[in-house]
Amino acid sequence: MKITKKDVEHVARLARLALSEDEKARYTAPLESILEYIDKLNKVDTAHVPPTSHVLPMSNVWREDQAEPNRLGSQTDILKNAPEAEGPFFKVKKVIE
Amino acid sequence: MTFEPVIGLEVHVQLKTASKLFCRCPTAFGADPNSQICPICAGHPGVLPFLNKRAVELLVQAALGLGCTITPRSVFSRKQYFYPDLPKAYQISQYDLPLATGGTLEIAASDGTSKTIRIHRIHLEEDAGKLLHAIGNRELDHSLVDLNRAGIPLAECVSEPDMHTPEEAYSYLTNLKAIFQYLGISDCDMEKGSLRCDANISLRPAGHTQLGTKAEVKNLNSFKAVKEALHHEIKRQTEVLNTQGRVVQETRLWDETCGVTQSMRSKEEAHDYRYFPEPDLVPIELKTDFLSKIKASLPELPTAKKARFIQAYKLSDYDATVLVGDRLLAEYFEQAVSKAGAEVAKPMCNWITTELLGRLNAAGRPIADSPVSAEHLAQLVALVQKGTISGKTAKDVFGEMFETRQAPAAIVKSKGLVQVGDEPTITRWCDEAIAEMPHAVQEYKGGKERAIGSLVGLVMKKSQGKANPQMVNRILLKKLVP
Repeated sequence: MKITKKDVEHVARLARLALSEDEKARYTAPLESILEYIDKLNKVDTAHVPPTSHVLPMSNVWREDQAEPNRLGSQTDILKNAPEAEGPFFKVKKVIE
Repeated sequence: MTFEPVIGLEVHVQLKTASKLFCRCPTAFGADPNSQICPICAGHPGVLPFLNKRAVELLVQAALGLGCTITPRSVFSRKQYFYPDLPKAYQISQYDLPLATGGTLEIAASDGTSKTIRIHRIHLEEDAGKLLHAIGNRELDHSLVDLNRAGIPLAECVSEPDMHTPEEAYSYLTNLKAIFQYLGISDCDMEKGSLRCDANISLRPAGHTQLGTKAEVKNLNSFKAVKEALHHEIKRQTEVLNTQGRVVQETRLWDETCGVTQSMRSKEEAHDYRYFPEPDLVPIELKTDFLSKIKASLPELPTAKKARFIQAYKLSDYDATVLVGDRLLAEYFEQAVSKAGAEVAKPMCNWITTELLGRLNAAGRPIADSPVSAEHLAQLVALVQKGTISGKTAKDVFGEMFETRQAPAAIVKSKGLVQVGDEPTITRWCDEAIAEMPHAVQEYKGGKERAIGSLVGLVMKKSQGKANPQMVNRILLKKLVP
């Protein structure tokens, strides 16, 4: 599959990556070789192989419904890690739908 | 051209758990901003989600209540998008292997009959946080994020596009909510955000089977808003189709104040969520014993209860529908009837649906908050049944019960309202009335039967409303027509 500059821009935009013109050109070939490899995998007959959703042969790992406030740290600890906070809130750039 | 609307609904309902879906933070409503958060729901690096078993059980209850098939092996997926209310930049949801598929819900169709709406799927996912753009009236030049809601368990229930009028959509929501409330899986309180609804609507030429281009309507804050927004969309899309011939696929927001839907600023690019299986969570495989335990614990659901009420208590379809519409109301009715006897089921139903609901609605109180208990209402109906008080007096007593929470017998006693049923006393009042109203007596004897009304009225007045009206009638007649 051919990867164009537009495809690179689209993938970068989805990942919120700002790429320079130079980088856009540089990523075209590696992305293309990844997709070529996928093309190769697509040729393998997997009709009788169940899709893997998890590598461990486990299911139903769950816990009982019990609330434990502040078990992993207080509000202050968590807000401290935010780039910006205001009172009890995380502060972000204005977003309006 | 005539168009047929095609409507499908997506309902998000908050599952009633004590802790969040993937961490042990509490889920209490109305807590201080960001007071119920931890590194997991705040999306800190390196944390791992730990599934809440109760949320799975509650979703399975909902799914079985709607006759869905439970997926033997169900998987969580990451839905990826950037938005400040989503700290991980992905929502843990389900994609190709939801917990449940293919159920049904009975609704009232527009022609008065009932109709089956198919449920496409129900899946489990986490809620996002809340954004604030203003504090009170003060518009902010930035936005604030409260993550208390982030990670709260939601069941998303998607219907097939089987509805054709806004009224059918309304009936679907009402019945879906009733089932969820019967099951006790959610508070279903739209004001608190524990039930939310988005509507998909398209039009197609009447008689066609191919679906038209749909609009998704959001910001629907009540069932009434859903109905009104759909009416508006039908009008709008009809106009668009008749003038431009083509509807644009888009998300529209309902503006309650103006009564219109408005296009959300269209995104520059289509949503590309890049779902993939969540590597931090293993699949859910529900075995027969897990499912049969839940199945055995399911309560009687509205449709079954309604049929039983009609059969056991000889209620009309309408009466039964009103009673089962709210699980607590149905329970109140059965509790009252169990005390007063099945033979008074009909009058009991009348008391509940007219007097009690009338006053509760006027006071804006739910049945759970009724000042008149089921036991007291049963006592009141028994007093009327035994002839201790008249039906008219009973209404006054009921008003007093609603105000003071007292037992009916206490009110009847303290106000001296016991119905007078002894023959000599009533006969004496009748004699007095006949003596005082010779004109009415003459009229009656002259063939004007209605004239007896004034005599009955006078006797009732003399008795301060306490005389047994049937006896008064009988005694007067005996005296006037010897």
